[in-house]
This record gives sequence, structure tokens and C-alpha cells, in this order.
Amino acid sequence: MVKVYVVGVGLTKVGRFFNKGLRELFAEAAMKAIDEVGNESVQALVVGNMTSSSLGEQDNLGALLADYAGLGKIPAFKVEAACGSGGAAVYTGYFLVASGMFDVVMVGGVEKQTEYPTRIVSKALAQAADAEYELFHGISFTGLNALVMRMYMNKYSVSRDEMSIWPVLMHKNAVKNPYAQLRFEITKKQVAESMIIADPIRLLDSSPIGDGAAVLILASERVAKKLSDTPIEVAGLGMATDHIYVAYRENILSFEATVLAARKAYNMAKVEPEKVNVAEVHDAFTVLGFMNLEDLGLSKRGETPKLMEEGRFWPGDKPTVNPSGGLKARGHPVGATGVYQVAEVVMQLRGDFPGVNVGGDIGLAQSIGGLGTTVTVIILKR
Amino acid sequence: MKPIRDVGIAGWGAYIPKFRIKCFEIGKTWGFPPEYHNGLIVSEKAVANIDEDTITMGWEASKNAIARAKINPKEIEAVYVGTESKPYAVKPSVTVIAEALGITPKILGADLEFACRAASEALEASIGLISSGMIRYSLVVGSDTAQASPGDVLEFTASSGAAAFVLGLRRNNTIAYFEGSYSYITDTPDFWRRQLAPYPMHGEQFTGDPAYFAHMVAAAKGLMEELGLRPSDFDYAVFHQPNGRFPLKVGAKLGFSKEKIMPGLVTPMIGNTYNGSALIGLCAVLEVAKPGQRILLVPFGSGAGADAYSIIVEDGIEERVHLAPTVKELLEDKVYVDYTYYAKFRGLISKFSF
Repeated sequence: MVKVYVVGVGLTKVGRFFNKGLRELFAEAAMKAIDEVGNESVQALVVGNMTSSSLGEQDNLGALLADYAGLGKIPAFKVEAACGSGGAAVYTGYFLVASGMFDVVMVGGVEKQTEYPTRIVSKALAQAADAEYELFHGISFTGLNALVMRMYMNKYSVSRDEMSIWPVLMHKNAVKNPYAQLRFEITKKQVAESMIIADPIRLLDSSPIGDGAAVLILASERVAKKLSDTPIEVAGLGMATDHIYVAYRENILSFEATVLAARKAYNMAKVEPEKVNVAEVHDAFTVLGFMNLEDLGLSKRGETPKLMEEGRFWPGDKPTVNPSGGLKARGHPVGATGVYQVAEVVMQLRGDFPGVNVGGDIGLAQSIGGLGTTVTVIILKR
Repeated sequence: MKPIRDVGIAGWGAYIPKFRIKCFEIGKTWGFPPEYHNGLIVSEKAVANIDEDTITMGWEASKNAIARAKINPKEIEAVYVGTESKPYAVKPSVTVIAEALGITPKILGADLEFACRAASEALEASIGLISSGMIRYSLVVGSDTAQASPGDVLEFTASSGAAAFVLGLRRNNTIAYFEGSYSYITDTPDFWRRQLAPYPMHGEQFTGDPAYFAHMVAAAKGLMEELGLRPSDFDYAVFHQPNGRFPLKVGAKLGFSKEKIMPGLVTPMIGNTYNGSALIGLCAVLEVAKPGQRILLVPFGSGAGADAYSIIVEDGIEERVHLAPTVKELLEDKVYVDYTYYAKFRGLISKFSF
């Protein structure tokens, strides 16, 4: 297979944009990415998105966005894997280049949610679960994650305040990230006193609803050096799925899809977890951040809150986790999130991320759809 | 905007129904966390009785305004009612109010609709009519029994109340005058109620930045620019107050201290009275203001638009204050009801009869 590099990235700030629609957001990020590679023609477009259909009544996103961004009459299509759509889009785009069919492929992620009331958005997001066996009974996505958080706290004897170190660190990191949605610091006391969403999940345990678009330009080894002085290699990637119906899982305190996807990615990149300098992981809710680090082999099971309290995973540590602020504070524009993560890791390895800067030469991004149902792990090397 | 001849306020009057429901009681009924309404900075809201509506409350406020203006109602030549809760979809409220006050028949009159700023539009129209010499006195009424779907977050604030003003030519029996005004209107659909729908819809956060804050700031800044004034030139600032938080936030954005806003901030105690919201706040300020002081008034209506006024208080205001119940007295005169009585009073439950 042909080696694949990220040669350009473009991001919009994550936020609530009342004056920008889905296509405008995408085009803004696409233009930034194209600027990085000097107006090179893109040969194909893959777009990660979850809710254009359920919220925006818009299908056929590939054609819409290729046309609006002026990319020409190229092959273009949407990849949907719930909140993991972004990671899945990068995964797909990778193989378009690796196969030798294309030299330059644009991978985008875009989500537009804020035109709709929260109850409508929550319903659309809940469609990531099993429609007949879960959604039908009225459980929301927050409800499912609340079950996981309760079990994690009970099994590992972690208190409310000990859990709160995650959102506190994420907000601290996001303050420096110009693309982040929630750029303010919070305290453990504020987390504990924030509104209950689904007990024990509180408002400040939760990622916010937001809009955003992120775009990568992937290139084959043949052209990568011509398009970028610092191409970042997609060194390894893995994807796996799990029972969508949570009741079928043997253990919900570990996402098997993460373990499987990570194994494939580490093997392909020939990298040990200890070598990872920077990781962007999927922390839609506090508990997921801790669990994901454990499933990725970056932390010890059940001990992550304690380790983080002691300074592990903070800026300067190896790995530094979510220097962007993570889903919690950078924001979670659903289908774009996985693309944001890869773009952020690319900028970290290039040394030009405009926020908390980590440096190093190996980075990891983990994108999840559903409750650990569809997971993509991507390893990047400088 | 400045009229050819200055127009002023001859009398003002408020009406707040006696009943109150605590926001805690509403939250408890619908399963909100106990601290939920604290973020809105509203602790309780006024509840109109079962036999009260926009017309009866508008009449009460008008009676108080006419008493302070010390005129014969027959001298009023235009009556405008701003409301978004007309008892009749088709049939004017203004005719009932004007007739009950003895003002009819040789008058102008209409009900105006622009969400919460309809009564403010009535102020602008009256300034024009009086300044041009077409009429001598105008009566402007803002009155609402605001609707909110039971269980909607809007239910914490949607309340009932009214304010009324008698306007006339400056120095012709007036105690304050309009130094200038500035209106700012765009098509911004943040809050609406369709035909035959019982309750309004709202765009959650969209009602904030692109609607309330954008229009309030534009109107207030526009006015200050046209008149060459700064926040420090004003002694009081009265903003439309859909909750307790927004007016403080918009004040901070514009550079007004909390001390200038608090005297006209009534929503924390009575909820959002919609067309009465900023105008009851203005009544409260007129009851404490001294001659020579300058007041910024900025009503807002969803849809969306805001009007900013600079009002200068003049001699003779103090002796008018106690010619009718003051806002302070109306705020203190209260009886608490529980959710059941509130639901009955506001028609959320009704008795079935053959």
C-alpha cells in the first residue's frame, strides 16, 4: 500500500453559529486547508457527519459540499458512524490514497446543530444507540453514559470530586485553544454544583452542543513532500465495532472496540503506547476520558483519576492528553470531532498548534461513535 | 429620532396582580433541579387572577396613569394597547379599556403587536402625533398575561402585569420628557407563536446573542451616538427584562453599573410581564428619580426589535408619585399561591361542564 500523509489542515472555531450554515462552515475549513497546500487540486472528498439527515433534512452531502467549496466534479460522499463519523471518514480517506487510486484526497467533518432546540438535538444524537431496543424505551445518550459513570465510580471507589479532575483539566487546556468552544476555567466545586443531567452526570461533566468543521488534506508519498514541508504520516490506523445494544456487552467499563482498534493501529505503526507523546481522546462525558485512556493502554485500569490528580497526562507529561481541551471543552461537533482530533495532533507534531503545545513525534487520535460502538484509532508520526 | 417639539410624560401607572408563585414551586412540579431558576435570577412571578386579563390589567394601569396626570380622561385623544396576549384574536382590547375609562368615542385607538415591544412602538407613535399637533394627550398601555407551555423553561418567567403612560407636549403638565429615541429592527425569529397555537416557541440560546443582546446593544449605542451621550451621562438604565440576568449582562456590555440598573429591575420579583416588562421598570424609576436626572429606557420585542429612549426628569415629579399606588407598594402587596391555583387561574386546567 502507498504511504499516506496529512499535508494540510483547516479548522473553524467550535461554537454556536447563528449566522453560518453547514456548507459555510465546511467551506471555511476547506479553504484554510487548501491554503496550506497551495491550491492543489483535490481529487476526492470524504465527509464525516452524523445529523445532516435527521436535523438538517440534507442528504447527499458529498455533492453538496464539493460543489459549494468549488472542488469540481470529483468523487465525494458522506461517511456516517454517529459521533465517530469523523474518525471513520479519515479511515475511509486513508484507503482512497493508500490504494493508489488518488494522490490528494480531502477528508472533512462538519456538523450543524444549533438551529434546533436541545430536545430535537438530543433525539438526533440518541439515534446512535439501538433504535428498537434502547431508543424506543426513551433512554438518551446521557442516560447510557450515566450508567457507565455510576459503575466506574462504584467499582473503583472514585468519588465525585475525584472524577472532576477531568473536566477541570480539559477547561484549563481549552483556555489557550483559539478553536475551543468553552474557553474558561472551572473548579471541582463548580462541577459538583452544576445541574444534574442524568445522575451522576452533571452539566460540567458533559461536552457541549456545538457547530464546527475540520478538514484534512491527505496525500500520497509521491506528492506529499511537494505539498508540505512537514508532512505528517498516518502511520497506523485501526477500526472496530461492538454490540450496539449495550445489554449484550459483557463489560461496559471497557470498550472492546477501542482495545481492538488500538491494537491494530499500534501494530501497524509499530509503536508502543509508552511512545505516544500526545493523545486526543473521546471524552463526551467525564467517565469516557478515564476509560478510554485505560483501553488505549495509556493508563492503569481504575487508577486514571488518581494518576491525573497527581499530574499525569497534564501538559508536559507523556502522553499529554487532550491539549485541545477535548470534547469537553474544545467542543464536540459530532461528525467533525474525529477530524478535529487528527488535525490537532498533526499541528502538535508540526509544532504549530496555537494552544497548549506538546511537541514530540508520535500522536494518537481516538474517535468513538455510540457508547463505544464504533471506534477508530489513528496514529500519526512526524 | 427627535420630534419637532419635545414630548413628555404627564402620568405613569403600573398594575401588578396580587398573586405570586415561587419559581421553586414551578420547578418542583416539573422535576427541575431545585437550583435551576437561580441562573435566571428570578425568584417568583406575578399571577393574574381567573377574572383578570390584558384588558382589566391595562385598565388598572391606565387609571393610575391618568390619576398621576391629573387630567380629565376626555382630554385624551389617542389610546394604544401593546400586547401579545389579546383576550380576543379579532376585536380590539383598546375599545374596552378606552370606553371603561370614559375616553371614547372621538379618539384614535388600536391594539399593536410586536411581541414585548408593541407598547414601545405606541410610545413612538404617540410622540409623533403629539409633536405634530394632531392630538393633545395620548394614553399608551403595555399589558400582558404572558403564556408559557407548562413545563417549558419559559414558565419560570412568563407572568402578568401592565404599565400605562399619559403623554403630552413637554411643559404642558409633563414631569419628564423624551430627549430622543433610536429604533433598531431586523427579521430575527427568536420567539414566536403561530395562529391558533396556545403557547409560544423559542429558539433557546438564539433568543440571547443574535436577538436580545444584538438589538439592545445596537439601539442603546445608536441612541447614545446620535445624542452624543455616554453611559456616565445617565443616572438610571431600564432594560427589557425577560429574566433577571439579561438586563444586568446587557448593562455590563454597554458600561452601565449594577447600581444604575437595579432601581428599574422588577423581573426578579414578578417575572417577565412582556409589554409591561421594561415599562413597569420605568414606572419604578420615575417614582425615585429627581428632577434633572436622565434615564435610559430600552424595551425589546422578539422578532426582533429594540427602542432606546433618553428621558429627562423635570420639576413636579415628586408630588405625582403618591397620587396612585407605587410599584414598590404593588410589589409588596402579594399573596402566594401553589401550582394548582396558578394552573386554575391561568386556565391550564378547566372544569368540564355539560
